[in-house]
Amino acid sequence: MKNYKAPLSHLLNPGHSACAGCGMIIAYRLVLDAAGKDVIVTNATGCSEVTTTQYPMTSFKIPWIHGLFENPSAIASGIVAALKYRKDEKTKVIAIGGDGATFDIGLGLISGMWERNDDVLYVCFDNEAYQNTGYQSSGATPLDANTSTTPPGKKSLGSKQGKKDMVAIALAHHIPYVATTTTGYPLDIVAKVKKALSIKGSKYLQIYTPCVPGWGIEPKDTMNVSQLAVQSGYYPIIAFENGQLTAKMKIKKIPVEDFLKNQKRFKHLFKGERFKEEGRGEIPRIQALADENISKYQLT
Amino acid sequence: MKLPLSVKPGTTSKVKTGNWRPLEYPEIDHEKCIGCAMCERACPEGICFSTGLKNKSGKTFFEKDLDYCKGCGLCEHVCPVQAIIMKEEKK
Amino acid sequence: MKTILEGSMAIAETVNACKPGVVSAYPITPQTHIVEELAKLKADGDADFEYVLAESECAAASIVQGATAMGVRSYSATSSQGLLLMTEVLYNIAGMRLPLVLTDANRAVSAPINIWNDQQDVMVIRDAGWIMLFGETVQEVCDLHILAYKVSEKVLIPAMVNLDGFVLTHVVEPVDIPGAKEVKAYLPDYNFKERLDVNNPLTLGAFATPEYYFEIRQELHEDLVNSKKIISQEMRNFKKVFKRSLNLVEYYGDKNADTVIVAMGSVLGTIKEAVDELRKQGKKVGVLKIVSFRPFPEEEIIKALSKAKNIAVIDKSISLGTEGILATELRRILKKNIVSFVLGLGGRDITKEMIKKVFVSVKKEKLIFLGR
Repeated sequence: MKNYKAPLSHLLNPGHSACAGCGMIIAYRLVLDAAGKDVIVTNATGCSEVTTTQYPMTSFKIPWIHGLFENPSAIASGIVAALKYRKDEKTKVIAIGGDGATFDIGLGLISGMWERNDDVLYVCFDNEAYQNTGYQSSGATPLDANTSTTPPGKKSLGSKQGKKDMVAIALAHHIPYVATTTTGYPLDIVAKVKKALSIKGSKYLQIYTPCVPGWGIEPKDTMNVSQLAVQSGYYPIIAFENGQLTAKMKIKKIPVEDFLKNQKRFKHLFKGERFKEEGRGEIPRIQALADENISKYQLT
Repeated sequence: MKLPLSVKPGTTSKVKTGNWRPLEYPEIDHEKCIGCAMCERACPEGICFSTGLKNKSGKTFFEKDLDYCKGCGLCEHVCPVQAIIMKEEKK
Repeated sequence: MKTILEGSMAIAETVNACKPGVVSAYPITPQTHIVEELAKLKADGDADFEYVLAESECAAASIVQGATAMGVRSYSATSSQGLLLMTEVLYNIAGMRLPLVLTDANRAVSAPINIWNDQQDVMVIRDAGWIMLFGETVQEVCDLHILAYKVSEKVLIPAMVNLDGFVLTHVVEPVDIPGAKEVKAYLPDYNFKERLDVNNPLTLGAFATPEYYFEIRQELHEDLVNSKKIISQEMRNFKKVFKRSLNLVEYYGDKNADTVIVAMGSVLGTIKEAVDELRKQGKKVGVLKIVSFRPFPEEEIIKALSKAKNIAVIDKSISLGTEGILATELRRILKKNIVSFVLGLGGRDITKEMIKKVFVSVKKEKLIFLGR
């Protein structure tokens, strides 16, 4: 069979070791292509750097730096200061972190960057756990999710803690642009990155990126499962400019159960004798969270 | 200091991840393809691309680079006209 | 320019003369006057650098890391708990071979919390691959900053310039601060070849598997050891331009002394005065001042101590569980009677009388805590 050679024209080359069907790497490539080559990227520790920059190779075709887990925001602030010193108004700066790096260990440093309103687009690849190190629970892990540190068992139905509202935290810093999007709507990612980079000051873009092994889905389900998350109200797609809600994705409102049931990380809510009563009882709780989003943001 | 700590851009392209494919590969029907680029957007490897060639309907059709394709099947899933089918691969 | 300044101000003026492009720090006693003075210089239009208010030391170190990776000369200062908090970043900066100069106003570490001077804080990074220099006077500390930028940018190893907190940061002394033009004659523009640049898109901070990590770390070690030659050379160049001496080590007192006292930092002032008094009483005693702690100038120290029989090492720090840190370093290279004296922890005053006690105690045990 004839093989066609890809022109390798994206700013993120293939040959990386992201899983087949990885939601994060799809989003990463879309973000970089939307940003263009005049961009410098700082990256937290996690899948986004481990799969792409194994010395002496890299997938990136833009200048890129990885420091530590918690500090892509602060390193980006330093880069912005250097650009200001050089009076360079053309080069953009993007800081990247997973949900662990963003919601947990890096939160303080991100807060500092936002307080300074540094001209940085912070992109969070949210897959709701420390997926790279073995699916441990993070501040973004939702209620009842099965992670390796919140496993279901005789005395547990998975994560007892809800998901930290990082969008609210971003809005509390009064930064000019805060938005969410997801791998399942690639054109939305492109539009939001372009919009964000046209604004001066701190921007936050949270991208819901399904994790094939962490969520327990098939590689081909990545796009679909993130769309279900949005259409059920579980993960609202919203955008705020200067604190005002200026865009949202209206949804069909499907039951949240449709989103949960095909992921292994929620299957304990549906299967087994013991879970029939208790697990079933959790579904309405999760539905209520989705309904709250729908009502709060008027998603229907 | 002799060892370069910086890494030159795009060098992972040396790694042909096509050998990750377990069972199937995507086959694209050039005539069905409408050139919408959904497969290009959805491909985690970024190796679904416009060939620049036109099919009989005048649409520029897409193809994929099997040197890198990991066989995830997202292209088949997102194609709006079912121009891409995951076929069993004979090794 | 000859003037009379508080130590912190002198450092701020010197750093400004080195023309950094980015300054970022988090306040911690007793470093605060340095960063406040830099803010004032900026506010008055006397400085070109971007001044970034960091919300923690981890952030401050990361900010200057990002800026230096862009090829812009950068600066930060810290002390004690702040240094400990940024330790992760400091290891990262050295491992990534980024040039940088930081000031540490040496202070005790918690617990218990204590804001006064000793040298425990910086010892936390002695294994991190940083150049570590200790100044005895404000003038020397200022001069070491200029030297540190030159060396760091040449060898691609970050440098920490140490001065005793309060003792040197808050003392007011006559100093000669060079202007930016004079510094430029000695310190060329920073040109970092592997910098982040959209016209040459490199990846920095890739992850190294066992296949690659070993030699990268080995090279940092070897380059740090070999930086001693560059430091020596640059100290000679410094003298030519600024007419002041800087040395890896300095010997003072009796050239044939049986007993030599070894120390780093401002305590040497007190030691030299005590030694002068001892020598007037007919005692034969010498003093070895160590300026460069990393790289550790082994040959120079062995040579300076070749005639000594008893070595009294005064440490204002301790590797808890073993002994004074400088003492351990000396034991590694000398087979002589070395006694580790730990003094001054938590800002405890060191008097001439105590130095004289050190002198007479040098034949006794291996480790002596001398509190009073």
